[in-house]
Amino acid sequence: MSIFDLSIAAAAKALKAKEFSAVELTTAYNEAVAALNPRLNAYITVTPELALEQARAADSRIADGSATPLTGIPLAMKDLFCTESVRTTAGSSILEPFIPPYESTVSAKLKAAGAVMLGKANLDEFAMGSSNTTSHYGAVENPWKRLGSDAKLVPGGSSGGSAAAVAARIALAATGTDTGGSIRQPASFTGLAGIKPTYGRCSRWGVVAFASSLDQPGPMARNVEDNALLLNAMAGFDQKDSTSANREVPDFCLALGRGVKGLKIGIPREYRLEGTNPEILALWDKGIEWLKAQGADIVNISLPHTKYGLPVYYIVAPAEASSNLARYDGVRFGKRVDGEDLIDLYERTRAEGFGPEVKRRIMIGTYVLSHGYYDAYYLKAQKVRNLILRDFTDAFGSVDAILTPTAPSAAFGLDEKMDDPVTMYLNDVFTVPASLAGVPAMSVPAGLSAEGLPLGLQVIGRHFDEETVFAVSAAIESAAGFSALPELRAK
Amino acid sequence: MASYTLEGHTGTWEVVVGLEVHAQIISKSKLFSGASAAYGGAPNTHVSFIDAGFPGMLPVINKECVAQAVRTGLGLRARINLFSRFDRKNYFYADLPQGYQISQFAHPIVGTGEVEIELQDGTIKYIGITRLHLEQDAGKSMHDQHPSKSVIDLNRAGVGLMEIVSEPDIRSPEEAGAYLRKLRQILRYLGTCDGNMEEGSMRADVNVSVRKPGEAFRTRCEIKNVNSIRFVMHAVEAEAMRQIEVWESGGEVVQETRLYDPSKGETRSMRSKEDAHDYRYFPEPDLLPLILEQDWVDDLKAMLPELPDEKRARFCQEYGISYYDAGVLVAEQATADFYETLAKGRDGKLAANWVTGDFFAAMNRTGKSIENPPVSVEALGQLLDLITDTTINGRIAKTVFEEMVETGKMPTAIVDENGMRQVTDTGAIDEAVTKVLANNPDKVAEYKSGKDKLFGFFVGQVMKAMQGKGNPALVNEAVRKQLG
Repeated sequence: MSIFDLSIAAAAKALKAKEFSAVELTTAYNEAVAALNPRLNAYITVTPELALEQARAADSRIADGSATPLTGIPLAMKDLFCTESVRTTAGSSILEPFIPPYESTVSAKLKAAGAVMLGKANLDEFAMGSSNTTSHYGAVENPWKRLGSDAKLVPGGSSGGSAAAVAARIALAATGTDTGGSIRQPASFTGLAGIKPTYGRCSRWGVVAFASSLDQPGPMARNVEDNALLLNAMAGFDQKDSTSANREVPDFCLALGRGVKGLKIGIPREYRLEGTNPEILALWDKGIEWLKAQGADIVNISLPHTKYGLPVYYIVAPAEASSNLARYDGVRFGKRVDGEDLIDLYERTRAEGFGPEVKRRIMIGTYVLSHGYYDAYYLKAQKVRNLILRDFTDAFGSVDAILTPTAPSAAFGLDEKMDDPVTMYLNDVFTVPASLAGVPAMSVPAGLSAEGLPLGLQVIGRHFDEETVFAVSAAIESAAGFSALPELRAK
Repeated sequence: MASYTLEGHTGTWEVVVGLEVHAQIISKSKLFSGASAAYGGAPNTHVSFIDAGFPGMLPVINKECVAQAVRTGLGLRARINLFSRFDRKNYFYADLPQGYQISQFAHPIVGTGEVEIELQDGTIKYIGITRLHLEQDAGKSMHDQHPSKSVIDLNRAGVGLMEIVSEPDIRSPEEAGAYLRKLRQILRYLGTCDGNMEEGSMRADVNVSVRKPGEAFRTRCEIKNVNSIRFVMHAVEAEAMRQIEVWESGGEVVQETRLYDPSKGETRSMRSKEDAHDYRYFPEPDLLPLILEQDWVDDLKAMLPELPDEKRARFCQEYGISYYDAGVLVAEQATADFYETLAKGRDGKLAANWVTGDFFAAMNRTGKSIENPPVSVEALGQLLDLITDTTINGRIAKTVFEEMVETGKMPTAIVDENGMRQVTDTGAIDEAVTKVLANNPDKVAEYKSGKDKLFGFFVGQVMKAMQGKGNPALVNEAVRKQLG
């Protein structure tokens, strides 16, 4: 077994047992990054020196007994997290050059736990996208290939760089952020597990904002347990984020072995969409069988407002984004394109600094908030968002968790679905409702498509009940026995 | 009350005014960041990454600013909304780093209230308060520091403001001035805003329209950012005159934002309704709704200082002074405190006369302030005591007071050094009277032949002979006795 195939738990055990040092582990990953990243483009910025420095510090912690399960574990940091003294781009050229003088709360917590940062992972520009093709720093290649084809596939998005890096073993795990599916969909596309925690579980402080009421940091890793280990360190109240939840963070690892016996698992009929890929539906049925076999009660439920999820999301998220992105104006930091006057400076800077998808969403968001349209769009969307939340609250009155597919398809080609933004938006159809409701949801790798590509199932839980989500996900993971590996990977 | 109207050639016009006052909150740090909210400081030194709108920065509400808004609401006899919410007001400007101002649009922290104003002729009127909400101040753009560039100072960016909106209840420049003075007085008493219009910590947007008496409201114009009470009063008049001229020449007043130019004494258009910003308000997703506990509000209410109206009434009752004098004394809290310290245990009327008379005169003459008074309250108190216990008489007291202002010495010292003690020795007084009468036999004869008015002349001559130190009552008595 290669050092690259170790999970976090296994690597931590090996580090503790001095089978190898953190410096050795990091060096191996640094080399793998150097070898594979030029092709995959999973990282925008690599920080091998910093990684080694952190690995050395990790080795002393391991030696003096102050190590945590994450000490010495090499991670990719989504380039939406501000990292002190390390360039942060949000996948956009408008921040160039921007070297934050502060560290985001989540990345600081990982740092404090002794994790090693290999670099800043690629992403869709300002996390807006489902394919990681909107990044100013170029598309990311999915390390998975269709059987018998060398066509480049997308890793999903927006946390596509994080997903590709972990799948290709050029990071042991990664951070992501999820606004409408940005952790779960790329996890599904790359055979990883990834959880979007409850809104408010992880601090958003220092994370470049896309849509404030939806954004939520979370982990992405090769198995469910690694997610629990990472979330243990990432979660927690932060008084610098008024929307973060002031509640105890349980040890999520303790939930992994709970099993699903006696749990009621809801199957929402509205997710059985007309025209959904039969492979996806078949996998979903398999998932239902696995849980049933392990003693769960399967309950058919209804989430009647599911079909409004996407339209609501594509009103609320752009509205908030149009406001959040107003600060990129060329005045105080990042790119500036000089102009005749202030307005001209704004226009030139933003015309040059933002890519087409970001501009599209700023336009949509500005429109739906405009005088005369606000009531018909934004206000209506907020009302429907409440109905979607109520769907979940009602459902969780009778079930403990909900099982659905993660995405309507497997990873698609880099040159597919690019013409019509709406087709692209459909990728989020299964992930967006949980985001709008703020409930935790995890994607677990559950099988392969006929073309040999990974497919994920999504487990949705009650607010702040990530533990049940972990328990159900672990049950699926063990039943699925997913062991396929991508073609492109460090060995 | 004589109502204020303007005469046009089509008849009489009434003026309708509503004021939106931006009052900077007194607090150590800004509304949503830990940066200092202090005025001044080298440019861009009171700026956190939150204030500068850096990526990933999030606002956190400053509890003290909330308390200040609640105190102000209570001082305006207004309803406190236990639920309020922040909204984003979106617009681009170089001194607005986030590209939006965090404000309260739909759900302000304070609802309807009222302010009592008193006009020159003593009329009392109530001006309705529509609402008070919390919002961030913007930074400062300066366009005169460089030939081709504007410079930005973000020290003010993010400082807490209370926007206090009045009903359109104001009907004259005088009322506008009285309202602003009263509002400033209340804010200062509460310690929630220093009301310093020169430094911009209190600014007013003035909404003006005109109408024929009895009509419904006509279109209004908003005059932005007027920075003195005098200018507000001028701007109301100038804008009302302009609108009357527009209506009377067959035109129509269009709703727009205008600026007042104090050097020309006129308003000019800043932007029309068509160019008005679309602020795209929506609920601020980075902040939870602001939920207040009634108990907390009650605690703030219990701790509220005595406000000017209450203090004025109490002064009248407790110290037996006139309503007018009480009004003068409570105008500034520091003056009221000065007076009250002085009046405690003394004759309240005497104290009021001295404070509003010689003391104020000395303060104006020397350019000093109530915080740094020309004579201390202890010294003035001692002077009053010397008058009351007849050590000196009122005339000598004025001389002593001037010397106190001049030298800073205590009155007893001055009296002793200069032998100014009042003479109450009847023997000495009788002696002086005898001398004066002996020196003026012709006047004595005139007096005795019925010219009663000469009595005052004899008293004056005796006082003069005694260097003003004679006890006036005893002198009077002695003169009367000796004249028979």
